Amino acid sequence: MAFALILFPLLMAGLAAAVPSNRLRPWLLPLTATVHLALVVMALGQADLTGTAGGWLVLDPPGRIVLLLVSTLFMLCSFYAVGYLGHRQERSNRVFCTCLLSFLGLMSLVSWSHHLGLMWVAIETTTLVTAPLIYFNRTQQSIEATWKYLVVGSVGIALALLGTFFLAYSSLHAGLEPSLNFDDLLKHAPELSKPWLHAAFVLLLVGYGTKMGLAPMHTWKPDAYGEAPGVVGAIFAGGVTSCAFLAFLRVYHICTAAGESAYTSRLLLFMGLFSMAVAVLFMVGQRDFKRMLAYSSVEHMGILALGLGIGGPALYGTLLHVVTNGLTKGVLFLSAGNIHRAYGSKSTDLVRGAIRRLPLSGTLFLAGFLAITGSPPFGPFISEFAILNGAFDAGRFLVAGLFLLLLLGVFIGMGATVLQAVQGRPPSAVRNTPYHDGWLTAAPIVILMAMVLLLGLYIPGPLTAMLNDTVRFLEVRP
Amino acid sequence: MTHQLNALLMVVLAINLFALGTSRILALIRIVAFQGAVLAILPLLVHQHLNAAAAVVVLLTIALKGFAIPAIMIRALRDAQIKREIEPLVGFLPSIILGALGTAFSLLFAGQLPLAAQHSGSLLVPTSIATVLTGFILLTTRYKALTQVVGYLVLENGIFVFGMLLIESMPLVVEMGVLLDLFVGIFVICIITNHINRAFSSMDTRRLVTLKE
Repeated sequence: MAFALILFPLLMAGLAAAVPSNRLRPWLLPLTATVHLALVVMALGQADLTGTAGGWLVLDPPGRIVLLLVSTLFMLCSFYAVGYLGHRQERSNRVFCTCLLSFLGLMSLVSWSHHLGLMWVAIETTTLVTAPLIYFNRTQQSIEATWKYLVVGSVGIALALLGTFFLAYSSLHAGLEPSLNFDDLLKHAPELSKPWLHAAFVLLLVGYGTKMGLAPMHTWKPDAYGEAPGVVGAIFAGGVTSCAFLAFLRVYHICTAAGESAYTSRLLLFMGLFSMAVAVLFMVGQRDFKRMLAYSSVEHMGILALGLGIGGPALYGTLLHVVTNGLTKGVLFLSAGNIHRAYGSKSTDLVRGAIRRLPLSGTLFLAGFLAITGSPPFGPFISEFAILNGAFDAGRFLVAGLFLLLLLGVFIGMGATVLQAVQGRPPSAVRNTPYHDGWLTAAPIVILMAMVLLLGLYIPGPLTAMLNDTVRFLEVRP
Repeated sequence: MTHQLNALLMVVLAINLFALGTSRILALIRIVAFQGAVLAILPLLVHQHLNAAAAVVVLLTIALKGFAIPAIMIRALRDAQIKREIEPLVGFLPSIILGALGTAFSLLFAGQLPLAAQHSGSLLVPTSIATVLTGFILLTTRYKALTQVVGYLVLENGIFVFGMLLIESMPLVVEMGVLLDLFVGIFVICIITNHINRAFSSMDTRRLVTLKE
């Protein structure tokens, strides 16, 4: 099963590179994504966690959540991508389709890998295959964004490798058989050499934190998200960041099992609150609504770090937040992509009255904004509330207070930009632009929004079971 | 064994300082290629018993770090028709001083990290950290896109040095993956640099300033 999930998309990527027709090629995306999602559902149905490939590939509870989330998001985005690329027939989409499909395979590898070295290779390769996606528009700005993404991302990933080495050395120094196998490290976590473990944690936090986009390593994010097509933004903000979070979660798990939660939580709380604060600062007065979404992504990665920092009682909310944030980011980036297309601009100087110009996309953008800022009755409200509750349960009143204050700041900052874009009268110049919401570019957003709403009203039983499994898995002490 | 190892590591440290002090990009690429080739020999000194797999890794590393990557970069340099790094953010002499301070700091920091018995007395950890810091200085204080790529290579070299502590226990697959990723990364970066070159008619990343708050 593991090999099917990883190799099938890679195979289809090869096929996409070989298909000559620019019009037919994008259809490989939904085809592959649908088969992939079906395989994921089958894999999740199998209860046992026994691994393949000598324990290198295991689908554990956190891996299940991320795999399901990214596969679902990718499936919906793939239909949108067909519609989007239909509007962009003037440009070859060979590299675009190939890279997207390879990303799906590599993402599966990240969620299956139970060897920190293998996981690192998978994360590094996702950096490489996602870079050409940012570059799709071939403008000067997109070159600049790609360059920053590659440089900042590669440095982050290099530090993550150094951290992985430190982690391996901590087991060597403790006189154990040195290993990067996750299960071995977890089993021997309390015996690992503490100074090396501490240093490894910092390096891995910085390394994978760069990929997640935690401040102050977030500098690539607004550029990349701002210049990439909307569908790429959705896959980055919902998929790539979730994979990086999963990688970091493994490291966090080992450190907690080693009894170092006091050390890790201080760093995580700081990083989380700092990321949220930076996001608020740059969101206020932001005129570019795609960059605003990027800062929103920085904020939500901060919330995830904060949730891990609080630990114990907030873990359930944090894991749920990975799912709700991923899906809501899909709604926001895809609808923002449509608005961008209709107006030919992503600045609120020009974009006004989006609800009149694009009734469906404009409404979904507004609803997505309400959802991501934690308004009831949407999914992120439930997960953010659970994290807040966790903070109170853990007795961290100051952290909870700051968290609420920053959420309020984000609501105000983001609200100003979003309301400017959707309200009012559209300028006469854009009334007759060719773009109108079609089935392929609107239906996936509606489905995503419905899922976000569903998660706010009722969390399906199987998902609750997966979340509880993961919390139990993370709290296992050897 | 430790003596020879430390002698080579001293060479690596000296190259770090030289890389920080030179303004000619061609010389910088060559010296970093030399550093990569020197590092490639390290596994032979660290390995207690030499086997075919280790020999393959050594040859591959020399081929990649010593020849293939520098060749790509020198081509990109020729295409761009630039010779020198002009006006770095931090001057060349201050960079050397910064590098020397970084090396001193690495020695102090490495003292805090306990070493396993079989590695005591080796300079692997301080060299690794000092080289990573050198890479950072190059990446952050230089403006030419190519110099930044060289900085990234130095950073990777530092990580490679640390890998020597683990070479006995790391499966070969992972090492190959590391090398491959490095190669592909540089390859992609060079392609992008060429586009940067075409689009901006200069490889100066200071021109990349349209995206900011």
